[in-house]
Amino acid sequence: MFAQYVSSLFSKIRGISSNYGKILVVAVPFFWVLVLFVVPFVMVFGLSFTQSQFQIPPFQSLFQREGDYFSINFYLGNFRFLFQDPLYLKALINSLKLAGTATVFCLLLGYPVAYAISRTDPAWRLRLLILVILPMWTSYLMRVYAWMYMLNTNGIINNFLLKIGMINQPLPLMDNAFAVCVGLVYCYLPFMVIPIYTSLEKQNPAFLEAASDLGCPPWQSFLKITLPLSFPGIVGGTMLVFIPCIGEFVIPELLGGTHTLMMGKLVWMEFFHARDWPMAATISSLMLGFLLIPLILLQRLQAKVQVRSD
Amino acid sequence: MYIPIFVLVIYSFNKSQFVNVWAGFSLKWYASLFQNDVILTAAWVSIKIAIFSATLSVFIALLAVIATLRFKKFAGRLALKNLVTAPMVVPDLILGMSFLLFFIILESFLFEKVYLRGIPAITLAHTTLAMAYSFIILRGRLATFDTALEEAALDLGARPLTVFLKITLPLILPSLLSSWLLAFSLSLDDVVMASLLSGPGATTLPMVVFSSLRYGLTPEMNALATIIIGLVMVGVTIGAYFMHRKSEGQYGT
Repeated sequence: MFAQYVSSLFSKIRGISSNYGKILVVAVPFFWVLVLFVVPFVMVFGLSFTQSQFQIPPFQSLFQREGDYFSINFYLGNFRFLFQDPLYLKALINSLKLAGTATVFCLLLGYPVAYAISRTDPAWRLRLLILVILPMWTSYLMRVYAWMYMLNTNGIINNFLLKIGMINQPLPLMDNAFAVCVGLVYCYLPFMVIPIYTSLEKQNPAFLEAASDLGCPPWQSFLKITLPLSFPGIVGGTMLVFIPCIGEFVIPELLGGTHTLMMGKLVWMEFFHARDWPMAATISSLMLGFLLIPLILLQRLQAKVQVRSD
Repeated sequence: MYIPIFVLVIYSFNKSQFVNVWAGFSLKWYASLFQNDVILTAAWVSIKIAIFSATLSVFIALLAVIATLRFKKFAGRLALKNLVTAPMVVPDLILGMSFLLFFIILESFLFEKVYLRGIPAITLAHTTLAMAYSFIILRGRLATFDTALEEAALDLGARPLTVFLKITLPLILPSLLSSWLLAFSLSLDDVVMASLLSGPGATTLPMVVFSSLRYGLTPEMNALATIIIGLVMVGVTIGAYFMHRKSEGQYGT
């Protein structure tokens, strides 16, 4: 009787503890992202509605208490200023232009690479893929630095061209939009190759065989079968390149000189040089909202593709 | 793709400081690198942060993967998945700024007694970012995982935790390792968040490199780059060797 009671008690405790374990497995990551991701973003959003001041901290509180009155003051001046000053619009257009150009070049370079890898012998695929990914593992700063070496006024490329006599004066390759584009393409190319490769590898070769049996020339079957089927990979890669490029700070700072203004650099300048934290928060909030739109579209598209393939 | 990196390596052995002059082979930049206390201290700080954040991020990412993949559907499952992966697509500058604000406000709640900015803050920020990548890798592994073994063990009366520790964990160990390495290298690579969140005594290696690159080319950095590239090559070779051996063991016998 007693032994039975004890054993049932034990099994109960076991049940409870495994339940607690389950709750813990869900709760720990949830708590983490909530505290260290959601809360900070809410704070940035809140900060964008405050006014800057020359104190520590350099912003006025959103909440105010005077006697029994408790008030929340939304200051919209940052947003107004953002739309009035042409500097911000210029930086936005510049960022879009540079990130867009880099994405297009990544696509033009990355698609053939991904296509070639997916068509090679399976034994070689993994090795080639590792070769593409390997630069990603070497330090990102060092890769940018390598291009500083290449593009400098007395760098490798200019030296080489001068020596073989193709040019008389060093070309201005550094500190301009061109250098930033080169850096962006170089650093983000793997992010384009991998999603395209995955979508190409998944394709059923039977489609292509059927097309060629029916007399379809290879280029046409590429255009009508391979390309449309790899569309999700193209969209995924484009997002993975375009979105980080918009907010990129290190590459324009090191390769772009003082004239190339991008959103990332602008936020940095507002934050550190102007010490206008609310303004930096406002730009960040708008940028995030701006980036959210393509992300949501991407997720819709992926869901659609999944439904279709199921 | 490899030419710029090779150029960097070659010029680390150049005696001259200038790019356009090849003055002969020399190891003097390596010597000066190893006498540079700033770089050595920063490297140590970076490695500490990277080890902590990689371990923590793989652990939490694994929990999140189990929660989203193995448990019955619960409210907020999709939210958890999206939130965990979201830091991947947020520009690191914005991520860093939101962390900075968070830690400043947290410090003011703690009456400025506890200084979080510096190594703790950078570690937590890197963990959150690396978690997203670890989550993707581990989820990919566990999604294609054959559950028959787990089910068999459960049928034979093993407790879920035991099954996980004795069957699931050893089988996903390679993915755990690769996500740990990715998290480690992500943390070693980050300049932006680290410079936003750094405090006194918390200068990481990328911060030192970045600030010296801003002033132009220094051969010391080439030497550092060569060392990093060498370490990566060794790591990848070892990893590839083990993967190769493992696949041979699986299919060859």
